[in-house]
Amino acid sequence: MRYILLLIFAFFGTLATAQDWEDQQLFGPSNPARTLRVISSTDTSFFAPIIAQFLAQNPQLAVEYLVTSTTALDQTFRQSPQSYDVVISSAMDLQFKLVNDGHAHKVEDISHPDWAQWRQSLFAFTTEPAAIVVNRQAFEGHPIPGTRQELIQALRARPDVFRNRLGTYDVRQSGLGYLFATQDARSTETYWRLMEVMGSMGLNLYCCSGDMINDLTTGKIVVAYNVLGSYASARKDAQDILEIVLPSDFPTTMMRTGFVSSHSRHPEFAAAFIRFLAGLQLENNGQDGFPLPPLSPARDIERQPTISLGPALMTYLDSLKKQNFLQEWENAVVQ
Amino acid sequence: MKFLLVEDNLELAQAICTRMQLDGHVIDHADRIKDAQAFSETGEYDLILLDIMLPDGDGRSFLKRHRAGQNDTPVIVLTARSQVSDRISMLDLGADDYVTKPFDHEELQARCRAVLRRKTGTTQTVVKLADVNFDPVKGALKIGADEIPLRNRELRLLELLFNAPGQIFSKQKLFDRLFSYDDDVSENAIEVYIGRLRKHLEKSQLRITTHRGLGYRLDHD
Amino acid sequence: MVWDIGWTMTDSAHIHGSLRNRLAYTLVGGAAILAILIFLVVRNYAAQIAQQGQDDVLGASVTSILDAAIIRDGKIEIDFPYASFSMLSTPSDDRVFYAIHQDDTLLSGYPDLPRPQIQGTHDRDFRSALFNGANVRLATATRVLIGADVRTEIKVSVAQTQDALSGTLNRISRNVGLFVAGFFLLATLLSFWATSTTITPLKRLTNSVTRRGPKDLSPFVKPVPVEMAPLVSSLNYLMARLDHSLKQSEDFIAEAAHRVRTPLATVRSHAESTLHRVEREDNRQALRAMMRAIDESSRAAGQLLDHAMITFRADHLELQDLDLVDLVRDLVLRLTPIAEMKDIELRLSGDKDVKVKGDPILLQNALRNLIDNALKYAPSESNIDIIVSADPVARVDVRDQGAGFPTDRMPELVSRFSRGENAGNTIGSGLGLTIAQDVAVAHQGALVLSNRPEGGACVTFSF
Repeated sequence: MRYILLLIFAFFGTLATAQDWEDQQLFGPSNPARTLRVISSTDTSFFAPIIAQFLAQNPQLAVEYLVTSTTALDQTFRQSPQSYDVVISSAMDLQFKLVNDGHAHKVEDISHPDWAQWRQSLFAFTTEPAAIVVNRQAFEGHPIPGTRQELIQALRARPDVFRNRLGTYDVRQSGLGYLFATQDARSTETYWRLMEVMGSMGLNLYCCSGDMINDLTTGKIVVAYNVLGSYASARKDAQDILEIVLPSDFPTTMMRTGFVSSHSRHPEFAAAFIRFLAGLQLENNGQDGFPLPPLSPARDIERQPTISLGPALMTYLDSLKKQNFLQEWENAVVQ
Repeated sequence: MKFLLVEDNLELAQAICTRMQLDGHVIDHADRIKDAQAFSETGEYDLILLDIMLPDGDGRSFLKRHRAGQNDTPVIVLTARSQVSDRISMLDLGADDYVTKPFDHEELQARCRAVLRRKTGTTQTVVKLADVNFDPVKGALKIGADEIPLRNRELRLLELLFNAPGQIFSKQKLFDRLFSYDDDVSENAIEVYIGRLRKHLEKSQLRITTHRGLGYRLDHD
Repeated sequence: MVWDIGWTMTDSAHIHGSLRNRLAYTLVGGAAILAILIFLVVRNYAAQIAQQGQDDVLGASVTSILDAAIIRDGKIEIDFPYASFSMLSTPSDDRVFYAIHQDDTLLSGYPDLPRPQIQGTHDRDFRSALFNGANVRLATATRVLIGADVRTEIKVSVAQTQDALSGTLNRISRNVGLFVAGFFLLATLLSFWATSTTITPLKRLTNSVTRRGPKDLSPFVKPVPVEMAPLVSSLNYLMARLDHSLKQSEDFIAEAAHRVRTPLATVRSHAESTLHRVEREDNRQALRAMMRAIDESSRAAGQLLDHAMITFRADHLELQDLDLVDLVRDLVLRLTPIAEMKDIELRLSGDKDVKVKGDPILLQNALRNLIDNALKYAPSESNIDIIVSADPVARVDVRDQGAGFPTDRMPELVSRFSRGENAGNTIGSGLGLTIAQDVAVAHQGALVLSNRPEGGACVTFSF
């Protein structure tokens, strides 16, 4: 059934330009020499200033920025890899597998920390921890939990406050959510207990961080688990309402990655874009008004281990494993 | 003069002795080293003529012993070899001169005179006739207080005449003694030398007389 | 008038190859072969070890996946650990592919991955293959699961690209290459050293043979390596024989000369004595002719021997420092008795001290020939001037007051056996000037004949 859906989806994707993009924007001159097609899972607002600066250095180019969810991105790209020049996603495992399967073009003249690149093809340009974001109102007079264990205790202590007001990714839809979930599950058994607790209290499932944060600010939910902290802190209007907690027991930190498609029609310009992006994120540490979090310097890695780029990322993409995991997850969450 | 000839070839020795006696010399002959040593130890010789290849040894060993024995009698080596190095080594061994066989007797005599003149310097061989003292080694003629030096051919001519005063020497005979067969001169050249001798002897009691058709003779006044 | 005398030693040797080169080539060639061999063996061995390492990891990965396979409720579950793939991380970020089959159905992984048959007793299979555009190493293993009423076979293949392996191999190859190059260089240096050490005794022997004087035929006594002993003993044997035969022939010549010259001397003495006794002119003529013939043959034989000896010595010139004036004075002393017989005076004049480098025996012979010649052609009661001078070059002039040289045949005069036309009755083989010329050339000098304007011949022997 899923395959049929996927086929139909792909059919529309290739045949109709009216792909179901979350966002689609063209940057640069109206009659550019070349147009780079960047397919991404990151909201346009995060990338707009970076693209603008890139185009300032390369005035002959234009960039078409296409946004979709991580899972859809993987499927869309696999359907027609020749349509895209640069692929950017927060789902490290999916990105990894695309590169492992030979969809990436090597960018040789780029100097990047070893832990933040793979095969000189896949380059990480942010480090972003998964956070517990809470609505402060719900914790007035109560301590805000700092770990998963404390969160479980807090939930159990006041079940009435939290019933149906909890949120997390629907790992069946979100590639990033699945990555976070599998990494959590791999690291600590607390994950499953937390899911069971949250599931038993009624859990709202989301496709994307943005929606989750929207509902947090409105108070529809008061606790969101495994949200991208960066998205939350980017919301200036929610600064007073929301508290971003990086679980101190085990922070799961992902890296946003990008690569040049091996089928790119302008590989040199695509490489230039990746080079620019990697260099920018490595240097500026996010202080120049760019909304995208920087790539943490190596010294932070010890304290805040990132999900490492390596073949192990393919483990939970294995269909048997995935089937197993989702089964278990549904058992825990959907009660 | 008195010679010692050391030569194992008897015929050659005989020939040399005959020729030497012809010139009025006394000559003893030894045909081996042993005899030569015996002779040289007992007799007083003016000069030794030494052959190199001898039946009882090498002439060079005699020469060595001869010189080692403080015997200063001059030695002229008769050698059959002609190699340059051989000649030199013989001179090094103490020979005073050498002649290569076969040799011209006139040359041998010339060498003998030269060696004696060099070696002794003193006149032991002066021949006196009337008022004339003749020293063939020095090559000089003494009449009273006057000493007259003689040229080589004058000396040889006078030596001949002195050896046999009163005897007539034919022109040819004198010529053969004075000139080599390869001297390109006529027999009349003898007259020049006779003329010179006559002039030297002018103040003496000796006269060289011409005997027409026969030759010349040394006469006493 | 340049005289080409003698020959050089190397002209007479046929050269075929070089012992030193052959030795050096053999050693260097051997080192090269050894170096290549070492390189290949070590590289191959390293490749095997590196491959073994990769195989071990791939095998462990396959095993960890297989071990996770279980049958639950009749269904296959393979909840393989994270480590199954994380163990495949390499510094070169090698790509990883895998496939899991149940019997012949793909459960998960890459459907196109080659699926080797596990044969015989081997429970796992390792092979190299081409997949997804890359050379990969593929490990495969199977496991049979037996459930309540099922018996099924799970086959797991894990493949990995070989970038890290080839990186390791390249590094090893480079290191081995450097080591081998160093080895080769060292071996080459050692071979040259060994070659020159080996060749040294031979060189020493050659030098010692070359440095020997022409008459030194004594055996070589310096120790030589055992391989050279036969050569040296042959050489010594040859020289002993040469020495022996040389001595024998010298003795023979001496004996022969003695045997021939002594009777000649006898005959000549008798003839001379007889000449003084006989009166008849025809008898006297016959006796003169006899003496003349004896003198001529004796002189010719003497000069022939001298010439042969001089040719030999000129080839092996033994130069020594000597005073030309002393040498000439000695000669004059020896020749004075003969000069006196013709009432000729030999007058020595010139510089007091003329140092030259030369072979005294050759020089004495050459100059004696020149003075002999002058004595022959000079008239009675004349003078022969012998002038030794040092400037501008050391030279000896011999001037007589004779008829001089026939001007038209002067070059010919010095060639072998030619004789001056105006020699008339004078005895001489004509070799005298040739000998003098040869000696002058051997001393890098020259012999110049000229006639003096005031009459008489002049021969200049210069260095």
